[in-house]
Amino acid sequence: MSAREAGTELAEGYNFAYLDEQTKRMIRRALLKAVAVPGHQVPFASREMPLPYGWGTGGLQVTSAIIGRSDTLKVIDQGSDETTNAVNIRRFFARTAGVATTTRTADASIVQTRHRIPETPLTEAQILVYQVPMPEPLYRLEPRVTECRKLHALADYGLINVKYYEDIVQHGSIATTYDYPVLVNDRYLTSPSPIPKFDNPKMHMNPALQLFGAGRERRIYAIPPYTKVKSLDFEDHPFSVQRWEHQCALCGSRESFLDEMIVDDAGSRMFVCSDSDYCSSRRAAQDAPGDAAKEAA
Amino acid sequence: MTVSAHVAPLLSARGLSKQYAGRGGCVEIDLDVYPGEVLCIVGESGSGKSTLLNALALRTPSNRGTLTYRTRDAGTLDLIGLAEPQRRMLSRTEWGFVHQNARDGLRHGVSAGANIGEPLMAIGARHYGRLRETAADWMARVELDAARIDELPSAFSGGMQQRLQIARNLVTGPRLVFMDEPTAGLDVSVQARLLDLLRTLTSKLHLAALIVTHDIGVARLLAHRLMVMKDGRVVESGLTDQVLDDPQHPYTQTLVASVLPV
Amino acid sequence: MYVAVKGGERAIERSWDLLAEKRRGDRAVAELTVAQIREQLRLAVARVMTEGSVYDEELAALAIKQAAGDLVEAIFLLRAYRTTLPRFGYTLPIDTEAMHAERRISAAFKDIPGGQMLGGTYDYTQRLLDFTLLAEGGTGAGDEDTAPATHAEPMPRVLAMLDREGLIEQERARPDAPEPGDLSREPLTFPVDRATRLQNLARGDEGFLLSIGYATQRGYAHSHPFAGEIRNGEVAVELELDELGFAVEIGDIEVTECQMINQFAGSGEVPPAFTQGYGLAFGHSERKAMAMALVDRALRAQELGETIASPTQDAEFVLYHSDNVEASGFVQHLKLPHYVDFQSELELLRRLRTSGGVASRPAPALAAEEEQEVAHERP
Repeated sequence: MSAREAGTELAEGYNFAYLDEQTKRMIRRALLKAVAVPGHQVPFASREMPLPYGWGTGGLQVTSAIIGRSDTLKVIDQGSDETTNAVNIRRFFARTAGVATTTRTADASIVQTRHRIPETPLTEAQILVYQVPMPEPLYRLEPRVTECRKLHALADYGLINVKYYEDIVQHGSIATTYDYPVLVNDRYLTSPSPIPKFDNPKMHMNPALQLFGAGRERRIYAIPPYTKVKSLDFEDHPFSVQRWEHQCALCGSRESFLDEMIVDDAGSRMFVCSDSDYCSSRRAAQDAPGDAAKEAA
Repeated sequence: MTVSAHVAPLLSARGLSKQYAGRGGCVEIDLDVYPGEVLCIVGESGSGKSTLLNALALRTPSNRGTLTYRTRDAGTLDLIGLAEPQRRMLSRTEWGFVHQNARDGLRHGVSAGANIGEPLMAIGARHYGRLRETAADWMARVELDAARIDELPSAFSGGMQQRLQIARNLVTGPRLVFMDEPTAGLDVSVQARLLDLLRTLTSKLHLAALIVTHDIGVARLLAHRLMVMKDGRVVESGLTDQVLDDPQHPYTQTLVASVLPV
Repeated sequence: MYVAVKGGERAIERSWDLLAEKRRGDRAVAELTVAQIREQLRLAVARVMTEGSVYDEELAALAIKQAAGDLVEAIFLLRAYRTTLPRFGYTLPIDTEAMHAERRISAAFKDIPGGQMLGGTYDYTQRLLDFTLLAEGGTGAGDEDTAPATHAEPMPRVLAMLDREGLIEQERARPDAPEPGDLSREPLTFPVDRATRLQNLARGDEGFLLSIGYATQRGYAHSHPFAGEIRNGEVAVELELDELGFAVEIGDIEVTECQMINQFAGSGEVPPAFTQGYGLAFGHSERKAMAMALVDRALRAQELGETIASPTQDAEFVLYHSDNVEASGFVQHLKLPHYVDFQSELELLRRLRTSGGVASRPAPALAAEEEQEVAHERP
């Protein structure tokens, strides 16, 4: 079920999806290079967009370069279609491309996301576009771009292992909970973007094409479908995901990532699925259990 | 191929020169380092010994000459013009470099254990428990209290930091270790103990070492052979005992004579 | 009962309405016109053009109006607009030596061919608030003739005179010189050549460059600078047209140029000579041009064989953080929701506190400072 945004008119005087064709071609060339070398950061000439750097210009440019008239676009931020940033970006494409948009993961051909991977499994017919603030997984340990470039070229990733060793010394476990670096295709250390580590396993052998755009840092990278993606760890301290004691207060899910909300002055808490589409699909299925068509995740 | 008792050198330099705008540095150096032997380069400051060490360890490019290294399993490498990835691989697996100042050879924001474990992690070690055991083992070997494995380098004294640096270098089992004035700046008694440690380690591990020092006493204690440098050139070389007992070159004679008798 | 937050769209639209209202302000007060901004806030216009990388006074003034005076926001507007503009070609390099200078000074010499022209400058004003400016009123007929004198005598470059004696190193145009890169078309990569570096600095935030330049003067890679020459005025812009086969003048732009004379350097082969730093900006922008020249010189450390001892000489540090559009975006992006990642951190922290992880080192000393701050806040 998809629908054009009510009341948004197509903006006059702009090329389809805002960017000019030459820029789109430049971005596509970068994307092709990125797909050819999974996990490797490809520099590209990011353009100033109508949204500020840091607010999704990279994801915006990638989507703009790949979107076509027959596509259906879903945009989420923190897993929700309704956060202001997701709304803003969805309207941007409604105005500049006039494409159909949707909140249903299953109906989208392109999903642009900030900080989460949808709970609903993706298919080979879909593309996931991630918004990336800092594409360099080593930047907190080594801010110099030139030095990081060398480390990647030489596959010299000792630095991050040292950091994890120290985490285990200090905290008893690796202390990274989001933007948890992964080794892609057994070669490049990559930042998955600030998704919670809970989402990392979804990247491994995903049937969908995963594209990453960092506008401000001017890098593009990609994980082709069915690629090996492994989160770094130690043999005796293996990677593990977060688990909640609670279930979703709305749909009862015990498998999804839950947002914690403080609901009153006494500090009572409520836990709800972060993925708004996943949660509403489950609820719809519960409300009409006999309806096979609505049998979603 | 001849059958002989002669063992091929690990590191060989011929006519090696490294100068700065035509002056200083080292000139026309011929040198061989054999497996398991300690070679000391002795000279005062300005003699070019540190430049030579850096040129041999590929930390600075030389201007002229040849330099080769016999690897463990990959034959003899021509070191001049070696690509960076291979140079880094060599540094990580077959060589060590001990800096004069331990601060330059250690990572300061991480624990002693991480410092010793890092070279292993860089070549693929992924078991936290075993890394820790190895680090603790090495701390004991360099006579540091293994209970201090989680402390930062700044918590250790200068002499202990130097031991930590040595452990960090030896943990990967290198065949050749370069050392730049390893005991300079330490108290005399601390120096003596460190030299003792080095002597034990190099002999036990059958380590080849190239040590630069201004202190002829260090050479006497550690080296099988020594080379004396002055103004960028080697003025005398040979077996340590021979050179020290019977120095030929006037400069060597001065050096030997100036050491206070123990 | 918790209901998921919806209506983000309405919130955004209402936000736009509020913004428009605030920008307009009190409707009893006359609305600011773009022409007024262009004429009477020309120094703001100059900055927006320079850092927005578009020479168009009216557009810059419009951006300033739309941004309610927030110059960094105005610069962003102009840059975003620039992205959509088609590119016809590249002009010839402007010839600042042929500038119709309204102002031209040198601190290095008492007098110079063409003379020292003070022009209109704040330099020798007394910084006393002029309350007569509070009075509004009309267009006001101009006072006695205060139109800027355009200069009749030629004004050769001060540095050229030093160059004739071989006393200052100069960049000579090589016949086989490569085309300069274009930072608005290609990402910044290191090592950076001087042309690219100057582009980055020209677009860079004036405040940031000012601070870095200031730091060099205070000893962070001091380069003994002298203001060799500062010029401000109009230069012709020429474009070569294929159909004609020669260049035609398409207009004039106002620029400010600064050439600093810095610490001499030499090596074994080359005798010592003064070195230089260069700065250029649109409009009347002396502070920017001077700061840019200081930073340019500091970043030449490696090229000139100097020891790099200061962050002011660190090309990556300076050039990656000079763009205020990027900086503003990223700093302010922290306002975007980050609750999913924060949730992860909360969960870890709670877990660590209950399990009492192996903390072999004491927590950082921040706690003491925080206590101090809280103490000050209490009345």
